Amino acid sequence: MLDWFSEISTPLLILGGMALAFGALLGFAAVRFKVEGDPLVEQVDALLPQTQCGQCGYPGCRPYAEAIVHGEKINKCPPGGQSTINALANLLDVEPMPLDAEHGEEKETKMVAFIREAECIGCTKCIQACPVDAIVGAAKYMHTVISDECTGCDLCVEPCPVDCIEMVPLETPLQGWHPEKPPEGIELIASDRRQLSKRSAA
Amino acid sequence: MSSEQQQLRRESALERRAAREAQLIASDQKRQKARALRPNDFPGGVYPPENKHQSTGEPIGSIPLAEQLVVPLLQHTGSTAIPLVKLGETVLKGQKIAEADGLISCSLHAPTSGKVVAIEPAAVPHPSGLPADCITIDADGEDRWCELQPCEDFRRFTPVELLEKIRDCGISGMGGAGFPTAVKLDPHGGVEIDTLIINGTECEPYITADDMLMRERAEEIIAGVEIISYILDEPERVLIGIEDNKPEAIAAMRAAAEGTRFDIVVFPTKYPSGGEKQLIQILTGREVPNKGLPANVGIVCQNVGTARAVYRAVRFGEPLISRVTTVVGKALERQRNIEVPIGTPIKHILKAHGAHRGLMQKVIIGGPMMGYTIDDTSAPVIKTTNCLLVPTVEELPPAPPAQACIRCGFCAEACPASLLPQQLYWYARADDHEKLQAYNLFDCIECGCCSYVCPSSIPLVQYYRAAKGDIRTAEQEKEKADRARERFEFRKLRMERAEKEKQAKREARRKAAELARRQREESGGAEAEAAQKEADLVAAALARVKAKQASPEQQLARAQRSLTSAEGRVERLQQKLEAAEEKQRDQLAAQLKAAELKLQEARQKLAEAERQAETAAEAGRESTPGQDDPQARAQSAIEKAKAAAAARAAMSPAEKLAGEIDALKARVEKARARLEKACSAGDANVEAFEKALQNLQQKLEAKLREQKQAGEEKQ
Amino acid sequence: MSLMRATSPHARAGDSTAKVMLQVAAATLPGVLALVIYFGIGVLINIALCSITALACEAAIVKLRQRPVAFYLKDCSAFVTALLLGIALPPYCPWWLPVIGASTAIVLAKHLYGGMGYNPFNPAMVGYVVLLISFPVDMTRWVGPAEIINGAPGIDEALSLVFGFGGYNVDGFTRATPLDIVRLNESVLLSQLYATEPVLDQGTVAGLGWEAANFGFLIGGLFLLFRRVITWHAPVAMLGTLTLMSLLFYDSGSSLSEGSPMLHLFSGATMLGAFFIITDPVSGATSNKGRLTFGAGVGLLVYIIRAWGSYPDAVAFAVLLMNFAAPTIDNYTLPRTYGHKSARRATDLEER
Ligand code: SF4
Ligand code: SF4
Ligand code: SF4
Ligand code: SF4
Repeated sequence: MLDWFSEISTPLLILGGMALAFGALLGFAAVRFKVEGDPLVEQVDALLPQTQCGQCGYPGCRPYAEAIVHGEKINKCPPGGQSTINALANLLDVEPMPLDAEHGEEKETKMVAFIREAECIGCTKCIQACPVDAIVGAAKYMHTVISDECTGCDLCVEPCPVDCIEMVPLETPLQGWHPEKPPEGIELIASDRRQLSKRSAA
Repeated sequence: MSSEQQQLRRESALERRAAREAQLIASDQKRQKARALRPNDFPGGVYPPENKHQSTGEPIGSIPLAEQLVVPLLQHTGSTAIPLVKLGETVLKGQKIAEADGLISCSLHAPTSGKVVAIEPAAVPHPSGLPADCITIDADGEDRWCELQPCEDFRRFTPVELLEKIRDCGISGMGGAGFPTAVKLDPHGGVEIDTLIINGTECEPYITADDMLMRERAEEIIAGVEIISYILDEPERVLIGIEDNKPEAIAAMRAAAEGTRFDIVVFPTKYPSGGEKQLIQILTGREVPNKGLPANVGIVCQNVGTARAVYRAVRFGEPLISRVTTVVGKALERQRNIEVPIGTPIKHILKAHGAHRGLMQKVIIGGPMMGYTIDDTSAPVIKTTNCLLVPTVEELPPAPPAQACIRCGFCAEACPASLLPQQLYWYARADDHEKLQAYNLFDCIECGCCSYVCPSSIPLVQYYRAAKGDIRTAEQEKEKADRARERFEFRKLRMERAEKEKQAKREARRKAAELARRQREESGGAEAEAAQKEADLVAAALARVKAKQASPEQQLARAQRSLTSAEGRVERLQQKLEAAEEKQRDQLAAQLKAAELKLQEARQKLAEAERQAETAAEAGRESTPGQDDPQARAQSAIEKAKAAAAARAAMSPAEKLAGEIDALKARVEKARARLEKACSAGDANVEAFEKALQNLQQKLEAKLREQKQAGEEKQ
Repeated sequence: MSLMRATSPHARAGDSTAKVMLQVAAATLPGVLALVIYFGIGVLINIALCSITALACEAAIVKLRQRPVAFYLKDCSAFVTALLLGIALPPYCPWWLPVIGASTAIVLAKHLYGGMGYNPFNPAMVGYVVLLISFPVDMTRWVGPAEIINGAPGIDEALSLVFGFGGYNVDGFTRATPLDIVRLNESVLLSQLYATEPVLDQGTVAGLGWEAANFGFLIGGLFLLFRRVITWHAPVAMLGTLTLMSLLFYDSGSSLSEGSPMLHLFSGATMLGAFFIITDPVSGATSNKGRLTFGAGVGLLVYIIRAWGSYPDAVAFAVLLMNFAAPTIDNYTLPRTYGHKSARRATDLEER
């Protein structure tokens, strides 16, 4: 009888003790290493281009990031383009998909807004439209774009009553230029080679 | 023996001992110095054929002045200079034509006298081949100097004044990247400079500009070194490093340095011993820390050409407007060094040296190891152009196609920075930025040794340059994105706050009105009742304004009406207040306050109604009232943009064009309506609206033309 | 006039991959010569068979992968692989051994991993090990030196041995290798063994023929070192470790001794391995420190397998095992870059 009892009780005690110890450890870890906020949203947001253009259908990049975390498709951001989609796919461990054309196309060159200052009537409409406060000016005074802060989101062009805002390609200064990676040559796999020959033929 | 004699003997013994000690100390010092000056070696390096004899046969020559000189605004590391001259202005030789923009920048001077004929982008010597802003001067051929300020004795000036002078004369490093010299010579935040290194190494094959300069202008260089050493508060050691393949230059420099405390250190020839970091390692055994500057280890490094430029600037007040350049290569009839004004077009130089068009395959600025090619020879010589290399195909054949890396490790053995080029190559191809940084990509000095030895002829350096650029761009973009995010969040916060404040105000107004009504009910004055009625009327009008079914015009009209009535009421109340008796006064004051608030509100509503009317007119349809929440407005704009984008994406080019035309037409209409309204209202902006309308019409016409053309092409 | 755009450097040292490979091939000459002198022309037949197979496989695969065939054959890397495999195989082995070995080396070990420069394992050694495991009997039959077996097989004998006609049996020529002899010995002192076994008796330190061949490869290796095709790190580390280990377990020549250092250095495939196999850059470690580690590892493993393993020679196994370790070695042996206080680890940034 006693034997039987101890045979059962020893493993029980050991297992129970272990369960307690690990439970305590886990509990401690949960408190000690608690992560503030939703880290995934932060991570997704960090990958989005922060153009804040709203082309994705959300009023800014962060709302879109939140939506993505809640299951929205990852291919709705034209400014970020394919590279952003790939990065998101990598982060969220899903298949990368092509950009959803419904939201616009990826632009080749970076653009910034430019206000033809002589024509500006100082209506402040563009200031209200700019999501990143990149336009300075006061009512009835000429406005101008801080091109360093402008994300090229296009939102200020439409509201201007005198149509004096245009998007100009962002110039690369000589200091910022760098050579391209050498073209992939001999070591290409077959399909790439065909593409390459097509490209060189064009 | 007399005590005197003893004294004498003792003294002579003391003297002897002292002399012996002095001698010992001196020889010890000599030994120490010899030990200190023994050059070290650096890892890696290669021994490319030197090819220096071609251009050292003749003394430094000169060529006739070019008709037009092109002075790029960016010839140095840092920000582009700001032009000081206007188009058509006449300038004198040496006159300042562009001012440094900020600290790390360099001013520019006219290389000859003449007229400024253009300030616009032109071809510049840059690996990108992109044009950049230049000042073009039509030489008048007289070469008239502006007034200069010579100075016999530089020691009369403080180092700060001398630095100012150097900055003013636009001197930047003449050996490598062209870092502004004044910045380099400035005492760096308290670090003590104990060693000044003058770089006469010139390790690149073919280039002999510094070599010839040292042979022919050694005194000027030494004089310049004296000035630099004075500015740096006389560093303990001044070392002039020269490779042992320039015996004439070494002899000339030794002769010129006679009687100074400067040491000429000669060391074996090996590429890239002239790299700043490598030279420091050779001469002092120290290493410039990663991400640091030579100044961090107490060293300042200057090129011999720069030293000479400093001398000429301080002694004669001459700005940096000419330099010695090697013109070399088998495609030329004459190979030598020339002193040319900065801004001389390269094709002018090539012509003067009999460039053979058939043989010329590329023009390299700099040497064969680190130089870059240009494709437009109208680019000018700039402050950093130390060599024009015009080789034939046989001389420097184009690289054979790259093969796979066999990981032979030759590159790692040749790398002076002890990197693993084969691993960097691997990760650069895979765009693995993290790994590239782990393998210290940014310590690569782009010397080209690895590509030089690679048996698979992989353009390794190009991979590194591209990868470095990509990483930098990515970092900048990240930074910009972070800033945009911050600004966006801030704006959101601000708008929320504004919204809250508005809400609070509304609340306060409501409370005030409540209070007033209660008071009125208590007092029950006839006048107050009338006022109350009127106030109700206003409220009703406002409610109507708010109502959705009202058209914008109606809303506007109503708002205006209510405003007038509210104004009238306030006036009346004020009059009454004046006429009223003492005890009623308080009540009336409260009423007045309420009425005034109403008035304010009415004004606001009016403004808003006006705005809505405008937007409604713009859209040519019913407006959506109640949009005082900017976020909602942004949302609707977004919706609109989204719809438009979606529509655009689905369309063919012709359809797109048609769509654009339609949009433009709508905008033209909008603009016209706006203009008419502005005209009738006597708006101050009528002109602007007119112009905008014209602009839009022009755009529309252009698009229509395009459409027509496209249509014709189709047929 | 259109000017060419090119990136620096515009000058090149003029080395080419083919040149490097051909130098390696040339450096095997003394060793091969010694093998021919002492063991007859069997090794040449092996080399020829391996080369033909390897080049054919290379061409076929390159063609399959749709790349320029001539361009790839010109780099000679397939030839060098075949050469090394041919040297390592036992002379007069049946013809299908070299053919299988070479095709395994090229197809399996090289091209399946992406071709030249991408193979994690030394192709020649993969080929060798595949054969050794699949056909242990054929792979361990080494003919004795010519003097002991009364003359190496002539051309006709050799061909009939290799292609299996004429009823010759290779057993008539085979003898135990010095390493085998020492390993299997458990009863007599080493000195007695040296006196009784003809192979050891007629040689000086490590067996007739074997020592000459190893000496030949040593000379070839020195040539490569002189030409700076290889660095000294891996060979020195391997030979050093091997010497150290054999000294430790020499046991002053008792019957349990595992053989003298000289025996280990100059017998088996030691020198071939040290200068030609472990210096293969593709599958080895990258930095000099890494090469030292890699070489030492190979030396240690070679001794362990020779002394206590069941295979007579161990270079192939040791090299393959160390190939596994190469990426890890690389990670911990980055050189100290200019301007850095200490060397980094490649995974530092990721672990942070
Ligand atoms: S579409 Fe615009 S707002 Fe949306 S995530 Fe992309 S950049 Fe941000
Ligand atoms: S200035 Fe215009 S384009 Fe630039 S961020 Fe602001 S709204 Fe967007
Ligand atoms: S030199 Fe060329 S082939 Fe050799 S390891 Fe370096 S990159 Fe690879
Ligand atoms: S270019 Fe960079 S990686 Fe190549 S040898 Fe020079 S420093 Fe080393």
